[in-house]
Amino acid sequence: MMMLTVARRELRSLFLSPLAWTILAVVQVILAYLFFSQIEFFMQIQARLTGMQAVPGITEIIVAPMFGNAAIILLLVVPLLTMRLISDERRNQTLSLLFSAPLSMTEIVLGKFLGISAFLLLIVVLIMLMPLSLLVGGSLDFGMLASACLGLILLLASFTALGLYMSSLTAQPTIAAISSFGALLLLWVLDWGGGSSDASAGQGVMAYLSLVRHYEALLKGAFNSADIIYYLLFIITFLVLSVRRLDAERMQS
Amino acid sequence: MNSLLQVDQLSRYFGPIRAVADLSFTVTRGEILGFLGPNGAGKSTTMKMMTGNLAPSAGQVKINGFDLLDQPRQAKAQIGYLPEQPPLYRELTVDEYLAYSARLNRIERGRLKAAVNTAKERCGLTGVGRRLIGNLSKGFQQRVGIAQAIIHMPELVILDEPTVGLDPIQIREIRSLIRELGQEHSVILSTHILPEVQAVCDRVQIIDKGELVYSDTIDGLDRRMQSSSLLLAMHNPPAEQELLAITGVTAVEPASSGYMRIHFDPQNNPAQQLVEASVAAGWALYELTPERMSLEQVFVDITCSEHVVEQQEVS
Repeated sequence: MMMLTVARRELRSLFLSPLAWTILAVVQVILAYLFFSQIEFFMQIQARLTGMQAVPGITEIIVAPMFGNAAIILLLVVPLLTMRLISDERRNQTLSLLFSAPLSMTEIVLGKFLGISAFLLLIVVLIMLMPLSLLVGGSLDFGMLASACLGLILLLASFTALGLYMSSLTAQPTIAAISSFGALLLLWVLDWGGGSSDASAGQGVMAYLSLVRHYEALLKGAFNSADIIYYLLFIITFLVLSVRRLDAERMQS
Repeated sequence: MNSLLQVDQLSRYFGPIRAVADLSFTVTRGEILGFLGPNGAGKSTTMKMMTGNLAPSAGQVKINGFDLLDQPRQAKAQIGYLPEQPPLYRELTVDEYLAYSARLNRIERGRLKAAVNTAKERCGLTGVGRRLIGNLSKGFQQRVGIAQAIIHMPELVILDEPTVGLDPIQIREIRSLIRELGQEHSVILSTHILPEVQAVCDRVQIIDKGELVYSDTIDGLDRRMQSSSLLLAMHNPPAEQELLAITGVTAVEPASSGYMRIHFDPQNNPAQQLVEASVAAGWALYELTPERMSLEQVFVDITCSEHVVEQQEVS
């Protein structure tokens, strides 16, 4: 209940600044462009596809790449959304409003996490509308779409949790943005080394830790509970770290 | 049980720096306590510890019987806190902000509007409910900060330097607001402006270098300010011995430009005897002024004498 109050305020402040609207517009424009070019590509190869056996469907050709691109674009966007979460409140000294109110650190952190998650969910819904528009002229593989959507939601929640933690470390929103962007990018490219043929055990571990590896599986429509648990663990870890960081602030500062 | 807040041997260290040391005091219901001290004395640190913004290195804070560390939720529900810099979201309107802080303080949905309206009314904010906080003047922002602190009708309101940066008229308004609050809530008020304490508080505590050096009622402080000396001016001043012979006079010293200063025993004010003696002996007394120490002098007296004792202990 209390965390919903915090989440609501977070969401409201987001929409009071032009940032939220700009992000919605920019993401939508870029993804719409990519969506159309993907459709165009599909139209070109459609003729050739008809003769082949076991052809990839429209969902596989259009939806999966678009969700892959969406993840990369949102990797750039989420740090901008999460950077202010705690650092800005610390700088404006509004944190004491939350600290002296009867609510726990966990409620504060979860509230902020839910606020940004709600906004990102809105972006996911807007992205989903584009493939759904294909229903006018064809049919979709809904299982695959659902799995991709779930993957994107989990991935964005992971971005948010990490960004929230980075924001709890500093009083400068820009520093929070840069460090969460850096950390996310690092976690993204971790599997590049692991992809080569002579992958040693160490590289395998690195690849397994990569955010993108688990997302790709979900994009292919492979729902593996290990991938889901990876994301949930990732989210919980960074939320717990944020709570601990805020608690430590009262002790040290 | 009449004490609302119990602070017990509270200490706080920032690394090797001792900000607050062994501070113990209580606040009773319906009392306005002035927390006085020079800059950097540890006033704000103490207030942060009393409101759960800072964990104490040692010691205990109990609010209405709830320990702040063991039962933070119940304890924090009893307090309203205005930090030195009011915690305002500049992008919200006054109404939105107060509704948010009411919700944070677990006011039910049904009573929310009434609580916001009451707080606005009490702080003189009725006309500005729909304005953005960022566009308000400093005085109004301060009032929004106070409104936020009293919105849930807490037993104890803690205000950290509520009148800093305001113009004289605003200061007067905020002070009368604080006096009004004192009728229903207990208030702790920190300041380094001495007349403010005299104007508003029932009781005074002076802290210096993190230690409590003085604690008394306003009346007690008043008595302390009545110093025990008179300033005399006479056309035919008598010899010192004659003055010393009058009961109560303990010392006589010449003051500037023909004045004489007489120190006396506080129980035995010799003013009347002096006048009578002057008439009888023809000293031609034409001026007699009781000297009164200013609060500043008392303050300096208290904080400085404490240092002397400390230095003696060290050496």
